[in-house]
Amino acid sequence: MRLLKILATGTAIVTLGADAAMAACGISSGRVSIVGNEFPAIRQVGAGAMACAGDSVDVKTNLTADHQKINVAGMSAYPAEYTSAIIANSSIVALMNEDLIRPLDDLVARHGTRLKENQLITINEQVMAVAFMANAQHLTYRADVLEAAGVDVPTTYEEMLAAAMKIREMGLMENPVGGAYKAGWNLAQEFNNMFIGYGGAHFKDGTAEPNINSEAGVKALEMMKALSEYMNPDFLTHDSNATNAEFRAGNVAIMNMWGSRSAAMLDADGIPQAVQDGFAIAGPMTVGGGDIPASTLWWDGWTVAKNISDEDAEATFLALMNAIDPSILSDEEVGKLAVWLIDGYQPTDAAKGVFAAAEMGTTPYPMLPYMGLLHTALGTELTDFMQGKESAEQALTDVEAAYVAAAKEKGFLQ
Amino acid sequence: MPCGAGPAPLLSGDTMRHRTFFWFFLPTGLAMIFFIALPIISIVTQSMFAPHEAVLKTVENCGPFKCEEVTVIDQEATADLRASSPLGRFVGFDIYLDRGHLATAEVRDAWRNTPAMGAFFQALGNLPFYRAMAFTLTYTFVCTPALIVLGLMIALAVNSLHRRLRGLTIFFSLLPMIVTPLVGSLILFWMIDSRGVLGNLISFLADDPGLSLKASTPLMWISLIIYGIWSSAPFAFVVFYAGLQTLPKDQIESAQIDGATRWQQVRFVVIPHLMPLVTFVALIQIMDNFRVFEPIIGFAAEAHARSLSWIIFNDLGGETRQLSAASATSALTVIGVTVLLSPVLVRTWRDFRGKI
Repeated sequence: MRLLKILATGTAIVTLGADAAMAACGISSGRVSIVGNEFPAIRQVGAGAMACAGDSVDVKTNLTADHQKINVAGMSAYPAEYTSAIIANSSIVALMNEDLIRPLDDLVARHGTRLKENQLITINEQVMAVAFMANAQHLTYRADVLEAAGVDVPTTYEEMLAAAMKIREMGLMENPVGGAYKAGWNLAQEFNNMFIGYGGAHFKDGTAEPNINSEAGVKALEMMKALSEYMNPDFLTHDSNATNAEFRAGNVAIMNMWGSRSAAMLDADGIPQAVQDGFAIAGPMTVGGGDIPASTLWWDGWTVAKNISDEDAEATFLALMNAIDPSILSDEEVGKLAVWLIDGYQPTDAAKGVFAAAEMGTTPYPMLPYMGLLHTALGTELTDFMQGKESAEQALTDVEAAYVAAAKEKGFLQ
Repeated sequence: MPCGAGPAPLLSGDTMRHRTFFWFFLPTGLAMIFFIALPIISIVTQSMFAPHEAVLKTVENCGPFKCEEVTVIDQEATADLRASSPLGRFVGFDIYLDRGHLATAEVRDAWRNTPAMGAFFQALGNLPFYRAMAFTLTYTFVCTPALIVLGLMIALAVNSLHRRLRGLTIFFSLLPMIVTPLVGSLILFWMIDSRGVLGNLISFLADDPGLSLKASTPLMWISLIIYGIWSSAPFAFVVFYAGLQTLPKDQIESAQIDGATRWQQVRFVVIPHLMPLVTFVALIQIMDNFRVFEPIIGFAAEAHARSLSWIIFNDLGGETRQLSAASATSALTVIGVTVLLSPVLVRTWRDFRGKI
C-alpha cells in the first residue's frame, strides 16, 4: 500500500527543517486568507499559518463546519476573499468544477521541495492541492461493554448488529449503537459507506447516470435501518459532534466514527471513568460478506486560489508550507491529532483505525464532478425511509430523480 | 389622510406637484430599485439560465492512496463556452417545472396513476416543493392567528398593570424577539432533546420512556409552531401595546357607564380600534412565517419539516451549488408571498381608489 510505504520511509527523515521554521516563513509581503473545515488537525494547520503574520503579511483564517457552503462563493471574485481553501477529496471537486484553484507546480518547484510525492494531489499532471493528513471512518467502541456482553470486537456490520442486540438484551445499554445519521451530508455519507461495502458503484460506468437503485442500494438502506433500531431515537439530528457526545456520556458502545476524532475523544471534562478506560478503536467493518470495507478513504489538504495575485499566492503557499512543516510533529500532542502525511510522522495508537482502513484496501471517496449532487440528493431523500415512511426502493427512486433534476440543471445530463 | 381632505396644497399647479413628488420620492425610489427590483430581476434571470453542458474529460488523478483515471470538467473547453455566453444556457421555465420545483410531469403522472386522492396527496408529499409548501402553509396559518391573539392578550395584560411594573414586564415580554432566532431555537432544541428538560418531562407525562420529540414528525411540527408563536408574539404585543395608548378614554368610559363587561369593552371598543394594526401585524407575519427558516436549522428538523427557504439553503449548501435551482425557488417564494398577501393588497388598493 502506497500510503503505508511512504509513511514508513517518512519516519526515517525526521526533523528536517525544525530550525528554519520559526523564521518569518520567508514571506516578504502579501495577503493570506484561509477557509476550511473545523476539527483539531485543521485548527493546528490554521494556527501554523497564522504564525506567519507580520507587518506586511496579513493572515486570516475562517474555520467552520460550513466551509464548503462559502468557499466557492468566496473564491469566485477577483481578487478572491479566500486565498486558500482547506479541502478534502470530496470538496476539491466543487472548486475544480468552477476552475477556482491554481496549479501549484511552479510554487512546489520553488518552495515545496520538502513535500513528499504522496502529498501532491496531481490531476492531469498538474499539482492541484497539497495533502497533509489522511482520514477514514472506522470502528470506535467500548472494550469493557463488549467484554461484559461476551462478544468479540466486530469486524462486520452483521457482527455489530448482533453485538448491539446482545448488549440491549443484557440491559447494559438501551441504545448501544452510535452513528452520525443526521439528515443531510452525514446520512448520505453513511449510505455511501454501506453502499460501497455491498459492492455498489454510484454511477453507470463512465457516465453521470446514477446507479444506486440497485440490490446493493436496497441492502445498504436495510442495514442502516436495522442499525438505527439500536440508536438514540433522535439519530436523524445527530452529526459527528452529537454522536461523540453520546459516546463520551457513556450512552453508546459501538459506532462507525471518523479517525480524525479518535485522538481528541477523551479530551473533554466529565467523561466517566468507565468510558475513559473502555475507549478503543479498530479498523473499518465490512458488510454482506464483501472484502472492501464499508468506509471511504479521505485526504485533507490545501489549495491556492486562482483569482488572486501571484504575490498573494506565493505568500499563501509559504504560510501553509510553514503550517505543515515537519517540525510541528516535534510536539507530541500535534502528532496525535491526525494521521499526518507530513515527513517524520510516527503513527500513534489513535491512527491505527485509519491505517487499518488503508491496509484493507478501502475505496477513496469518489472524486467526480457530479458526486456532490448525488451526495446532496441522498442527504435529503433518504430521511423518509429512515423514518419508516417509505420503502427502500421508493427512497432510492426519489434520490435518483432528485439527482437527475440537479444534474440536468448543472449540465451533466441531457 | 385622504388626498383631497387636507389643507390647501402649498404648491399649486399639476407640474409643480409632480416635480415635488418626484424629488420627494426619489430617495425611496432609488432604494427600491437597488434593493428590491434589481435583486428580483437578478434571481428571475438566474432561474432561467442554467450552467453550460459540462464538457468532461478523463485524466489521471494521483493522491496519497493510489493513482486512478477520473472524470473532470474540461476547463479549457468550458472557458470558451462561458466566454461566448456568460449567462449560461437559456432554459426558460424548465427549472421551474423540474422535479425540484413545480414537478409538473411528476404531478401529472401521479394524477393519472394513483387510484385515490389519498394516494395522490401522498405522491405529492414526496415531491420537495409540495412537501415544503405543506409545512410552510400550515406553519403560516397556525402561527399567524395564534401569535396575534397571544400578542393582544399580553398587550391587554401589560396595559392593565400598575405603571411602575410596566417597564420591567415589557422588557421581559420582548425577550423572545430580542434573542437571535437561531440561538432561541437552539436553546429550545436542547430543551426538547430526549435527554433535555422538556423532552424528559414530556416523556414522563406521556409515560413513554422511548418518546422523542425529534423523532416524530407531528411533534416536531408542533414544536416548530410553538417556537414560531413564542418568537413572534412580542412583535404583535409591541404594536398592539402602542395602539392601546391611543385608545380614546371617553369611549371606554361611556362603555363602562353603559354597563359593558371587560370582555364586551375589549370586543366592541378595543378590537375595532386596533383592527388596522391587526391587519398590519398579519401582513408582516404572513410574510415572515412564509419564509420560515431559522427554527428548521436550529431544531435540525430537516427530516420532518422543510420550507421553501430551507430548500434554497440546501441548494446553495451542497458541495456543488445549484444557483439556478435556488433562484427558481426564490422566485416561487416571492410569488407565494404575493398570492398570500393579495387579498389585503387588493383591499388596500380599493380603499385608495375609493378615496381619490
